[in-house]
Amino acid sequence: MAKISKKRESKKSRKPSKVTNKTTPVKPEVSYDDDDAEVVSEGDENITSEEEEDERKHQKLLEAISALGGKKKKKLAERSEAAVQMSEFTVNAEGEGDKIDLSDLIGTLNKTPAVPKKTKKQLQNLQTKNTIESPLSKQESERIQRDVAFQKSAAEVSRWTSIIKQNQRAEQLVFPLKQEPSGRRPVEKVVCGWKAQTPLEQEIFSLLSVNKQPINDPVLTPKEEASMRAMSLEDARIRRAELQKARALQSYYEAKATRERRIKSKKYHKVQNKAKRKEFLKQFDEMVKSNPAAALEELNKMELSRMQERMSLKHQNSSKWAKSKAVMAKYDGEARKAIQQQLEINKDLTEKLAASLNKEEGEEDEDVGDPEVLPDFVNDAETGSDPANPWMRGKLSAEPAEKEASDCEAPSVAMGNTEEEEDEQEVEETEEEALLREFDSRRKLRQSQESDKDPEMCVTDEEEAEEEHEATATDHPDTSDKEEEELSEFKSLLQGITDSQASRAEMPADAEPTQTSAPLEEGLVRIRTLEDIELLGQEEAPTDEAPAETQEPPSTQAPSSAPEKAKRKRKRAIDVKDVLTKEAKVIRVPLDPTVEDAEELDEKDGQRGLIKEAFAADDVISDFLKDKRKQEDAGKPKVVDLTLPGWGEWGGIGLKPSRKKRKKFRVKVAPPPPPRKDQNLPCVIISESRNSSACAHQVSSLPFPFKNPSQFESTIRTPSGRTWNTERTVKKITKPKVVTRLGAIIEPIAREDVMKDLMKNQKQALYYTAGGRGGSHLRFIQYPAAPF
Amino acid sequence: MKVKVLSRNPDDYVRETKLDIQRVPRNYDPALHPFEVPREYTRALNATKLERVFAKPFLASLDGHRDGVNCMAKHTKSLSTLLSGSCDGEVKVWNLTKRECVRTLQAHEGFVRGMVVRFCGNSFFTVGDDKTIKQWKMEAPGYGEEEEPLNTILGKTVFTGLDHHQKEGVFATCGQQVDIWDEQRSSPIRSFTWGVDSFSSVRFNPVETELLASCASDRSIVLYDMRESTPLKKVIMNLRSNTICWNPMEAYYFTCSNEDYNLYTYDMRHLDRPVIVHMDHVSAVLDIDYSPTGKEFVSASFDKTIRIFPRDSGHSREVYHTKRMQHVICIKWSADNKYILSGSDEMNIRMWKANAAEKLGVLSPREREAVNYNQKLKEKFQHHPQIRRISRHRHLPKAIYSQAKELRVMKEARRRKEINVRKHSKPGTVPVVSEKEKHIVTVVK
Repeated sequence: MAKISKKRESKKSRKPSKVTNKTTPVKPEVSYDDDDAEVVSEGDENITSEEEEDERKHQKLLEAISALGGKKKKKLAERSEAAVQMSEFTVNAEGEGDKIDLSDLIGTLNKTPAVPKKTKKQLQNLQTKNTIESPLSKQESERIQRDVAFQKSAAEVSRWTSIIKQNQRAEQLVFPLKQEPSGRRPVEKVVCGWKAQTPLEQEIFSLLSVNKQPINDPVLTPKEEASMRAMSLEDARIRRAELQKARALQSYYEAKATRERRIKSKKYHKVQNKAKRKEFLKQFDEMVKSNPAAALEELNKMELSRMQERMSLKHQNSSKWAKSKAVMAKYDGEARKAIQQQLEINKDLTEKLAASLNKEEGEEDEDVGDPEVLPDFVNDAETGSDPANPWMRGKLSAEPAEKEASDCEAPSVAMGNTEEEEDEQEVEETEEEALLREFDSRRKLRQSQESDKDPEMCVTDEEEAEEEHEATATDHPDTSDKEEEELSEFKSLLQGITDSQASRAEMPADAEPTQTSAPLEEGLVRIRTLEDIELLGQEEAPTDEAPAETQEPPSTQAPSSAPEKAKRKRKRAIDVKDVLTKEAKVIRVPLDPTVEDAEELDEKDGQRGLIKEAFAADDVISDFLKDKRKQEDAGKPKVVDLTLPGWGEWGGIGLKPSRKKRKKFRVKVAPPPPPRKDQNLPCVIISESRNSSACAHQVSSLPFPFKNPSQFESTIRTPSGRTWNTERTVKKITKPKVVTRLGAIIEPIAREDVMKDLMKNQKQALYYTAGGRGGSHLRFIQYPAAPF
Repeated sequence: MKVKVLSRNPDDYVRETKLDIQRVPRNYDPALHPFEVPREYTRALNATKLERVFAKPFLASLDGHRDGVNCMAKHTKSLSTLLSGSCDGEVKVWNLTKRECVRTLQAHEGFVRGMVVRFCGNSFFTVGDDKTIKQWKMEAPGYGEEEEPLNTILGKTVFTGLDHHQKEGVFATCGQQVDIWDEQRSSPIRSFTWGVDSFSSVRFNPVETELLASCASDRSIVLYDMRESTPLKKVIMNLRSNTICWNPMEAYYFTCSNEDYNLYTYDMRHLDRPVIVHMDHVSAVLDIDYSPTGKEFVSASFDKTIRIFPRDSGHSREVYHTKRMQHVICIKWSADNKYILSGSDEMNIRMWKANAAEKLGVLSPREREAVNYNQKLKEKFQHHPQIRRISRHRHLPKAIYSQAKELRVMKEARRRKEINVRKHSKPGTVPVVSEKEKHIVTVVK
């Protein structure tokens, strides 16, 4: 019996280990105790059940034996009262066979008054108390202890992970890690080792100690110590660094401001002003939405300034400058340009405004009215200034084109040039600007190419143009809106255009559009030519120039007449309107059917069909054969013909060198190459370009840390010597990974030092995340007290 | 308006003294310096060849012991001092700069099993086969004084190993159990047993100074914490480990030298699988020591060679041997990361350079730059076959060479057989066991 219980216990103790067995079947972490030498077998559970059975058998056996020997050892008959076994009324007494518990006895005790209360209480306590669990076996408890201890130390050691990683990744490690700062040691340290020896010294020291003067390291009074404690050196250092940085930033900012102020370049300021203006426009737009009243006020202000400008004589061409320029204009292209511009401004100012004053013009007027900006504007020779173009006026102008100056008769040609220049400038400017400029250039070109008409091209390019217009419209709804407003008077005209567009969209693509009203057609033609130029670039440019030349150059003497101006305006209107209408209508016509087709196609058939269609023309085999032949030919040695006509025989037109001579002077330079490896392999091309002698020096497979060949090649390709790099770079590149000091003992890394450093770093990191990253310098300055 | 004028300032091109290098204005236009890769390749090749030419690692042999050198100890404060204990119980103190013995003392009867210098460098401990631990003064006794230990502790059993705590007056011995001793007491303050009859080596962790590791004769490595009353964990391997060494810069890595010709680097938190198996020796590895930078370690083997392994590489970068050097029993890497000291069976202590081709002594700045540049080039072109071939080429004694070849063949045969078995059995019944897992029996908690 005792054996069984022991077995059970052991079984119980091994249960957890079995669980681990299940979890790690491949490499079992068997946990057994060496003291307990028994081998754990798999059939341990079976053993107990078997033994129980054994026991039962054993009992039976015993009984049997006792039965056998029953004759000799006669069982003593137990005396029992019959009344207990069976009553007379064949009713059994309750609980007669049970054992008697303590509680039963105590129950009766309570009733008997003879028992003292104290004992009763004690008994009750006894009754309620639970039995204590038996302690774990020694091995078991030790195992648990070990496990706990290991977890603890593993966690402790894991603190090093970050440091170890960091050191492994470090580009350079300098040993010994704890470098003593060179230079003089502080006084405290020097004093520390010294002791009072003479009686005089001792007396002095006793006095000092009485007065609470510090003697030992560090030599500081309590007050000083308190102050030291108030702000540690590190904190102070950090704080100082931060203040330094703030100061530096401020000074940079100031310096930048002064520098900008001092710049003399007109162009620069023009750009600045333009940017400001644009900013203002944006604000104004927002204001219109959010605060219409203020916007109106702003508008009025602009109008006022415009009126003032109008009243002034600034642009009346009566100034001395204007007169002189007018004289010079005959000979000087720049002067002519300047005058032209002046005239333009004048025209704008004198022109009568439409009933609805649009924002754009108002805004520009304000520009013009600005007394500081204006003179630059006027005097500057603007290369690509287009009289009709409100956007070009404020534009940056590159250096005046030389060509333009030379051929003064054809300004429209010059315009082409300037357009190119503009393209270059556009890179610097924002997208919005670029788009606006695009509009402009289109307008300009349209003007110059009124006579040029090519309906077919129009049809082909239509789609793209529309798309582009759509894009611009979506990108910049405000600008297009503005223009829409501006052109409200041409609504009726518009209607006509849209109608014609719709009708044309229904027609087949190659069919020529029918003739409609003159202005309408004009509009269409213009767009067409524009797109052509955009797409074809230089190819189209000369063809465009020819009609442009026919157009009369803008007159320098007088402002253009009223009807002409109206016409110009109309053109502009039509253009924009075109954009809008096309966007609405024509786009969908060509797109829709293709989409439907795609839907109609069955998935598989479509795929297969597509592939078939795509590779229908490919003859892979013949291509391959061609390739191979080409390779073979390339490998063959070339024959060099060195025959010179006329040497050794007659020469002249129609005479060929004789065959003999040709034979003699046709030389095969290289010896024939060895037979190709793929000579007898019809379906294979083996490249002969691989050089076996160079191969021995080349890396055959990608080395370990590299992810792809290009990475590896780039590292090899970058030279690191001083022939190719500056001294500093070489030093940086060739920095050794481990540096040790000569004759210095390298101590193992110490927990205290590293952890202290780590803490410091963390502190700094915390600081930088808290306030250091705020972009503006102001915020930096406003950061008075670090939260340490 | 700034007007640009031709100006010649002598300061830009005239050197101050005759000793200065001439200033040479350089034009770094790549077009002027073509063929950078081939040129650098040639330089790298030359550097590699020169490295092999200058690779002469053997520096000196210290003779004087009258029996095999069984243990050595580095002085903790002095680079030039080395202590060695021999199999006849004699301890010698060496001056490495003069390459001579400065002191000899008969420390024990029988072997000197272990030896360690106290962290302060004023005294050292020895344990021997005579079941005693002795503490000695570092200074030689004055004239007429007798050579006597400061303290002697008589133990119950033989001690086989000894190590001292990094900062406190506590040391550990091993024998039939691992004992932690306080220097002031004559009985251990703690002893650890875990059903093993003997230990061969015990080492304190130099970083997490309360941790220890020991090698036991039941093929296990056992970890301890000095503050706990029980050991932490142990791992049982296929064969016995001889010695153990912690990485002095990386707290949780240690490497053990094993009887199965390999060394195993473990992460102490994951004992079920070594981080790296270092192979190359062709006989049992007897001792190991880490370089103080923790980047490399050196191992001494019964095959009469010393090998230097990078910490994270499976194969050695260097092998040292001489004709006369017999089984190397103990090895140390000097505390300045420059030298290696080996004690061998044939009574000699040998001093080697840690980098075979390194120039000793002070380098001029230009020399150092050249060395750095060459090093960089070698590193850059190390994968090119010619350069790799030259840099890896080592001469080996015939016995070791053939033994290595034989081992390679055996390994290949085993591998092939395993593959064949796997091929011809039901899929999944023959699992793939990695090289790292192959050598571990179990981890006991």
